[in-house]
Amino acid sequence: MENKLTRSLYAVPYLLWIILFVVAPILLVLYYSFFNIEGQLSLSNYEKFFTPVYLKMIFSSFWYAFLITAISLAVAYPAAYLLTKTTHKQLWLLLIITPSWINLLLKAYAFLGIFGTYGAANNFLEMVGIGSKQILFTDFSFVFVSVYIFIPFMILPIFNSLNDLNPTLLDAANDLGASRWTTFRRVIFPLTIDGVKSGCQVVFIPALSLFMLTRLIAGNRVITLGTAIEQHFLVTEDWGMGSMISVFLMITMVLIMMLTGSRKRGA
Amino acid sequence: MYDFKGFTLDWYKELFQDTRLLIIVLNTIVVALLAALISTMIGVLGALAIHMARKRNTKNALLSLNNVLIVSPDVIIGASFLILFTMAGIKLGFYSVLLSHIAFCIPIVVLMVLPKLSEMSPSLIDAARDLGASGWDVFSKVIIPYISPGIFAGFFMALTYSFDDFAVTFFVTGNGFSTLSVEIYSLARRGISLHINALSALLFLFTMLLVVVYYFISKRNKPNGMGVGK
Repeated sequence: MENKLTRSLYAVPYLLWIILFVVAPILLVLYYSFFNIEGQLSLSNYEKFFTPVYLKMIFSSFWYAFLITAISLAVAYPAAYLLTKTTHKQLWLLLIITPSWINLLLKAYAFLGIFGTYGAANNFLEMVGIGSKQILFTDFSFVFVSVYIFIPFMILPIFNSLNDLNPTLLDAANDLGASRWTTFRRVIFPLTIDGVKSGCQVVFIPALSLFMLTRLIAGNRVITLGTAIEQHFLVTEDWGMGSMISVFLMITMVLIMMLTGSRKRGA
Repeated sequence: MYDFKGFTLDWYKELFQDTRLLIIVLNTIVVALLAALISTMIGVLGALAIHMARKRNTKNALLSLNNVLIVSPDVIIGASFLILFTMAGIKLGFYSVLLSHIAFCIPIVVLMVLPKLSEMSPSLIDAARDLGASGWDVFSKVIIPYISPGIFAGFFMALTYSFDDFAVTFFVTGNGFSTLSVEIYSLARRGISLHINALSALLFLFTMLLVVVYYFISKRNKPNGMGVGK
């Protein structure tokens, strides 16, 4: 018995971590979501959540996340496809992945300079004769920068599944008289759908919870769920409502993961 | 600042004369190193615990709990840790930042070490036991040397994550304490300045350095590679 006890003693710090930093925070967020701003136990947060103000915010947050995911997918799929055709696949992939190692803040900050009134983008517009425009602090800049940030995360899973595709299947489709479009629609896309799904998953959830970009790039014009949480926790100090939105975000996350999860689970 | 005149190192000079900023840089490095070190220790033990779990269900449950912090959005991690520290009465500052960095680095280390453990043939342990090694000997002379590539990779990953983190830190850092990314954020909200440009360049170089070190470690130890994933 004692042997067994000492044998499992090494797992104590890790289990403590699970209890303190994984389970406890989730329970605390749940617990706090039942308190209103005066600190009384109530369901008012849940009532408030279904008022038009919040519903509109949630809708716009989902809309932006959808837009970001769709545009990243539209860019990433062809890019990943071309990547698999190049000779130095791994090198190109590395080059595309490298930006994802750089701090998000630095990338956002770089765009502040590029999109600024006297930045490179406006200089270019000036040069082609369109004239300078307000680019920063618009919806366009927000979506553009987010797409730029998320594209590597979209390319990676799609690239992996395209790379695993057996080329003989394409030959077979060709032999059987399928056009290139049919081959893509009936063979390539269905076989890489898992990559597309996990790509969408790793883009959509973070896109819902962005908060730093909305402040720096979108100039508070766009409010995502993440921005709302940050606002409630750090600015208005209405922790109950913030927790409520966190709970909502967590539920959404689980739903999306179940929706996009592949069948090969439990590894 | 938009009238470009030429190249200069003035802004770097100014950067290095700003003691407040230097203290922040120092804070960031201390937090990252400590967080990486401690999370590596706990993470290795955790990977062992998951690896040794007999029942399949226990293993899967531990793995899912392990991955919770990896998949949750930073905002939620930050907000829930803020509640946690406030409830536990931990003053926001150095310790709260350090604790939360340790917390979100542990699952990454576990995921880096776990493949190495499952790659290890169990007969190695049996052989060591047969030759009379004690439990501690098996751990320190067989398991640890075998999984050390995973441990190093995990350590550098943790270092990079901790160094790069903004969202979680932003929530749990109090008034007096600040790390580099939080500082850049608050400066950037006021607009562009050459001061931050210099700081960003340094941060960028440092991250790249970490990535290159990490890349070579994983390259040297994993000929069958895990790809360029994170």
